Amino acid sequence: MEAFDLLLHGFGVLLTFDKILLMMIGLILGVFVGVLPGLGGPNGVAILLPLTFSMDPTSAIVMLSCIYWGALFGGAITSILFNIPGEAWSVATTFDGYPMAQQGKAAEALTAAFTSSFFGSFVAVMLITFLAPRVADFALRFGPPEFFAVYFLTFCSFVGLGREERHKIVISMALGLLLSAVGMDTVSGQLRMTFGFNDLLRGVNFLVAVIGLFGISEILLTMEESLSLRGHAAAINPRVVLQVWKSVPRYWATLLRSSAIGCWLGITPGGAIAASFMGYNLAKRFDKNPDSFGKGRIEGVFAPETAAHAAGTSALLPMLALGIPGSGTAAILLGGLMVWGLNPGPLMFVEQKDFVWGLIASMYLGNVVGLFLVLSTVPLFAAVLRVPFAAIAPMIVVSCAIGAYAIQNAMFDVWMMLFFGVVGYVFKKLSYPLAPLTLALVLGNRAEDAFRLSMIGAEGDMRVFFSNGLVGTITVLALLMLFWPVISSLIGKFSNKTPATAA
Amino acid sequence: MEIKSTGVAEPEISAPGKPAARTRSVDLVVSLLILALAILLAWDSDRTGNEWAPDGPEAGYFPFYLSLMMGASALYGIGRILFARVHEGEVFVTREQLYRVMQVFVPAFLFCFATQYLGIYVASFILTAGFMIWIGKIAAWKSVVTALIFSFAMFYIFEIAFNVIMPKGPLEALFGY
Repeated sequence: MEAFDLLLHGFGVLLTFDKILLMMIGLILGVFVGVLPGLGGPNGVAILLPLTFSMDPTSAIVMLSCIYWGALFGGAITSILFNIPGEAWSVATTFDGYPMAQQGKAAEALTAAFTSSFFGSFVAVMLITFLAPRVADFALRFGPPEFFAVYFLTFCSFVGLGREERHKIVISMALGLLLSAVGMDTVSGQLRMTFGFNDLLRGVNFLVAVIGLFGISEILLTMEESLSLRGHAAAINPRVVLQVWKSVPRYWATLLRSSAIGCWLGITPGGAIAASFMGYNLAKRFDKNPDSFGKGRIEGVFAPETAAHAAGTSALLPMLALGIPGSGTAAILLGGLMVWGLNPGPLMFVEQKDFVWGLIASMYLGNVVGLFLVLSTVPLFAAVLRVPFAAIAPMIVVSCAIGAYAIQNAMFDVWMMLFFGVVGYVFKKLSYPLAPLTLALVLGNRAEDAFRLSMIGAEGDMRVFFSNGLVGTITVLALLMLFWPVISSLIGKFSNKTPATAA
Repeated sequence: MEIKSTGVAEPEISAPGKPAARTRSVDLVVSLLILALAILLAWDSDRTGNEWAPDGPEAGYFPFYLSLMMGASALYGIGRILFARVHEGEVFVTREQLYRVMQVFVPAFLFCFATQYLGIYVASFILTAGFMIWIGKIAAWKSVVTALIFSFAMFYIFEIAFNVIMPKGPLEALFGY
């Protein structure tokens, strides 16, 4: 029970007045960011990152992760009341959440959503508490080839499991990796791809790109659709909450199934969206009356929300233990950690115990506090959506610019943010996936360093990636992932043929 | 109860509107741009060196092969657009839509420009107030008050409470910041 002791220690680090205050501020900002159209988890965290520059790392990460939890909760408010998913993984929540709101059961739907988000994240945090130290311990044995193999696996699973056209995924990923290589080369000190521009010496900052790709582009898209928000008001009273909570044990199977799906898919990159749909579909399939889904079944809210939040949370596991984020927002948290000079990965569990366990403890606390906070403040946040978009849009643009400027105190970054806004807008409309780009941008340097170090160690022999059982297994897994579409269609053909020839 | 939040004051469009660009052509142009970028970066990496030095791969090695990968994917995309007839007849953006997008993009661009000379807080006041008045058609006094409160709040949060330095202009200098 070493993890348990360390966790208690983490709570000790956390339970001071100003940290709790920061948690509350973070949660409120997070819900706010989650509710506003054009903002969401990833860019909300990126924009608010500068606020934390003057804090110590532990306070900063506590606030940031609370912004993240808040944004997750906030996404459910817009999906249920306004039928607008705040995040891609809230799409499945709208299927039954919005019909419930139309039937006047908005309060029930919201309570169900918050409760199941809480449940999903809680299961995933428990998983992190007990599994992350093990994984980190195991990963201490990793050398550069193993690390490169893991990065490779991450990228390959994006290509293999992505829903978009493959060549677009590859382009988006390669572009991210290339952008991360712009500027001074860390190994040789040579300048790369700067074309004589001094502003490019620093390289393309990952957070600046994220603010543009997700923040500015989202504003452009929202304007294009000329959203006129039409939603349902809701106030949650304690009676409804208790009523829903009493019914929760009835749905234990749905909750546990969705949590398991979420935890599993969350660890795989880009899994949260898939998890929410899978949770929803499985709940539908196992139900006696599948046709009633989509018309306001409360299970239709429980299932996707639990899965999405379990996935969103367990995405932090590989980030903490291996330094490889499992989702876009986890990637931004990782970017934040690197701003403070922390190096997420197995060594962090050894060298930064206070920090790691403070963060994990804050996940528990943030979830509990967040649950009660959102339950009590829904009307307030729903009112935010009544503010005309014409007032919100310029404020979001200003916040994005402040966020982009503050990261390196460079005006050039503000222009770059605007440029990435246009890129994000066009890419989203042409269905180029943005998550691989984000992930590649944050992991690019580390992946390249790992590759070069392994090549130097092995004197250029590519066989180093198959040199022992561990690295060989990871590499083979990566290749399997990469060719998964081909493999699965072959399996499909084969299993289709067998009954045909038998008949 | 229904909450209605009028986004931007403009007439509801019932007809789909005239297309300003088709998905096919935008996809083609973007693929060509990516191909051009790939060629440029590959050329630059080749100049940096993409060979093996005695101490491992040279600085251009990684970017060079990535550019090749990106270029090949872009070529594949171009081939698909030209020969596989994807996006047949799809509209990328209609004129009305493009007009609305420009309504926010152009002010944002001017805002970045103004920030360089007036500082971010004054520029943000002008952007917020202007956008609300001219594009949102919101009463002038409401817009100005909202913009003032917003800019002051930003100034207080970043400059005073959290000590984050932002570009400032002549107005802030007048007050000694």
